[in-house]
Amino acid sequence: MTVTTAEHGHEHDHAADDHHHDGEVDLPTYQEYTRRNRLGMWLFFASEAFLFLGLLVTRFYLWRGPHGEVVRPELDQFAGLVVTAVLLLSSYFMNRAEVSIANDKRTDFLVSLLVTAGLGTAFLVGVVVWEWGMFPGIVKGHLKPTDGVFGAVVFGMTGMHALHVLSGVILILNVWWLGRKGDFSSERHWGVEACAIYWHYVDLVWIFFYPAIYLIGSTIEVPH
Amino acid sequence: MSLFTLGIARGLVGQVLGMVIGMLLTCAVRILLGWEAWAAEPAWTVGSVCSIIGFLLGVGSLDDWLKWTRGIQTPLVHGPPVDKPAWTRYFSVDYNHKVIGVQYTVWGILLLMVGGTVAMIFRTELARSGLQFLGLDLYNSFIGMHGMIMIFAILLGVGGMGNYLVPLMIGAEDMAFPRLNALGFWFNVPGSILLLLSLFIGGWDAGWTAYPPLSARGPIGYQLFFLGVFAIGLSSIVGSLNLLVTLLRMRPAGMSLFRMPIFCWAVFATSLIQLTATQLIGTSFLMVSVQRAIGMGFFDPRGILGEVSPMVGGGDPVLFQHLFWFYSHPAVYIFVLPGLGIVSELLPVFSRKPLFGYKWIALSSMAIAIVGFIVWGHHMFVSGYNDILRIPFMYATLLVAIPTGVKFFSWLGTIWGGKVHFDTPMLFVLGAISVFLIGGLTGPILATVPTDLPLHDSYFVVGHFHATMFGGFVFPFFAALYYWFPKVTGRMYNEKLGKIHFFIMTPAFWVQTLGQMGVGVMGMRRRIADYDPTLGQGQIENWQMAVTIAGFAIAFGVMLMLWNFFQNAEVGVSAGDNPWRSRSPEWQIPSPIPEHSFPAPLKVVGEPYDYGLADSGYVTTTSPGDD
Repeated sequence: MTVTTAEHGHEHDHAADDHHHDGEVDLPTYQEYTRRNRLGMWLFFASEAFLFLGLLVTRFYLWRGPHGEVVRPELDQFAGLVVTAVLLLSSYFMNRAEVSIANDKRTDFLVSLLVTAGLGTAFLVGVVVWEWGMFPGIVKGHLKPTDGVFGAVVFGMTGMHALHVLSGVILILNVWWLGRKGDFSSERHWGVEACAIYWHYVDLVWIFFYPAIYLIGSTIEVPH
Repeated sequence: MSLFTLGIARGLVGQVLGMVIGMLLTCAVRILLGWEAWAAEPAWTVGSVCSIIGFLLGVGSLDDWLKWTRGIQTPLVHGPPVDKPAWTRYFSVDYNHKVIGVQYTVWGILLLMVGGTVAMIFRTELARSGLQFLGLDLYNSFIGMHGMIMIFAILLGVGGMGNYLVPLMIGAEDMAFPRLNALGFWFNVPGSILLLLSLFIGGWDAGWTAYPPLSARGPIGYQLFFLGVFAIGLSSIVGSLNLLVTLLRMRPAGMSLFRMPIFCWAVFATSLIQLTATQLIGTSFLMVSVQRAIGMGFFDPRGILGEVSPMVGGGDPVLFQHLFWFYSHPAVYIFVLPGLGIVSELLPVFSRKPLFGYKWIALSSMAIAIVGFIVWGHHMFVSGYNDILRIPFMYATLLVAIPTGVKFFSWLGTIWGGKVHFDTPMLFVLGAISVFLIGGLTGPILATVPTDLPLHDSYFVVGHFHATMFGGFVFPFFAALYYWFPKVTGRMYNEKLGKIHFFIMTPAFWVQTLGQMGVGVMGMRRRIADYDPTLGQGQIENWQMAVTIAGFAIAFGVMLMLWNFFQNAEVGVSAGDNPWRSRSPEWQIPSPIPEHSFPAPLKVVGEPYDYGLADSGYVTTTSPGDD
């Protein structure tokens, strides 16, 4: 087997990704980088799924009544319904943002991102102020984190999810800011796509968490 | 050149600053809430979180991403730093996978030495009955520390081999995400520092498994321990994600999955476990952490209804064991699969014969990884969970013996009739097989419920576990170090010293593992600082002494190896490009490997393991224009 150390002909590919100019090897195209990024993103979701599954297992393992039946604590159903609706609606606007940038509709893109971030923030406020009762002056909470496994699991699940929503909102605002500077185009918007699928993923997790926390099982009185 | 041109020095300063800032932040919040300003546990916990971030900011592994958030493009620069000596790149953020692989390996060996030193200390204590120089709490902290540091060291060793070898073996320019790769390594440094620091603020005395309720009530050291594990877990997740994308998307044309070097299959299987299961040890430790910090009672059995129905609303410590072992059992496959891959990789080279049953070995790694997800309950036969669960967990565990057996038969088939060369790497491979056989054969004894019940939590388990770890990781890892040392440094190690290392370490390890099993059968409990000298008809002290001496012999052997490497890395005899006459791609290029490994994309022209077949090659590194 021979090894060439000689210079080999190389035309610099200006269509390749701007991040990678080392001029030594044939650089993959932006499309190839995006395929790698996409696969990496989905593997990240697979990893995260195990975190959320662990929390779901914890909920069904620990929330048992005196006879081993599945129970749930009494929560504010209206609050749960409203925040869920808000989050589902936000996914629509996230999708609208992605479609808009793919079609070069810049204004729609930026507005949709802001609406998504606003709805995400509304969800966070709903959970933290309304459901958790972190500010008892405004709304009094129903449960405390220390109320046995009911408090622990409600705050553990909604807290872990809220952390993801929070990071999603920050990501959306970052993408919005970069988008305003003109960093994305209809061909090149992996950043928008990553942000969008992350947001849909966090939304999807809530679709499993909401019934697990609010709907499944008979209610049980939690004394404070 | 000032010290702070080294990334690691800046990182350590960042870690200290982060710790201080985190503590001040905690005090400030507590004052605002009208509480007493200083409380040790929240201050150390928040401080530790900030210290990890502080380290990463200081070392500079977040720089590029922070710039991206502001829309600044940063080109990926490969190559030694321009205005600094070349060696400094090993102490700073560097995006070349070969540098990162060496960083992983060296940091792993350092931790191996720390963990080994801790083991030597309590092994000396155990040589005689009675307490000589260790207190009970310190002994408990030490055994847990030995366990967790060694797990870190093994994960780093696995990361080192994967990062260094996988891109070379598939002829890729680098890993798929070089920045993520660097971050994956740098997580380990603040993580292991937190783990070591925890010893000085109270330690943690319930063993590396950190079962509640003990860990929920133990000293503050637990919070640092949890965060240290978190950091290493994050490293595992991003590292495995990177390896998976690299393996799936960056192979050259013609290298189908079943034409990869077999080590890549082992890494693939390991990465699948690391990517997913690691989340569960994080979840379980986070739950204990918040239970300690703010009283969320996941594992606190006190119910909410008091007299009426004492169980309702109470937590369950057994849940912790389920979540914990869902990672921590597959974790042992994370440790051993790459090692077994090294065995399969090296045997054909030193037997000059094709690898026997390539596809079966590849699939057996996948089978072990998949079955590994459904066997965690065999750690819990005496935990008090539902008895019915014992049966499926027992059979699932026994099932692991089948793919493992496939590997053994394939290894024998590879050596059979081969022209075997007994160089040091090959000796360690054979040592690995002998030791892993001991570990493997004692596995079904512990997987079977009736035999596990009396042996559970005895030293027999310790013997079995160390045999699997040495056979599955330590011996193959040492084989890999000897084997690829000439490729990394361009120099040959001292063969005679290598052989002395092998012939000291292997018999010593046999004595150690069989001795541990022996004292276990005599009735010695694990994780207990002292034992009854009358056990085993009064023979137990002799056995313990033998195990201790064997332990010191192993340590001596390891020191010999490190001295050998240290001596020859710069001034040893030049090794040439391919001293082992391997067909693998990384041996077809110069040693040490140039900055950009391959001059042109690889071309796959044959099978990877057709040793002995005249005029056949696996890959060519010739660029198309030169044909």
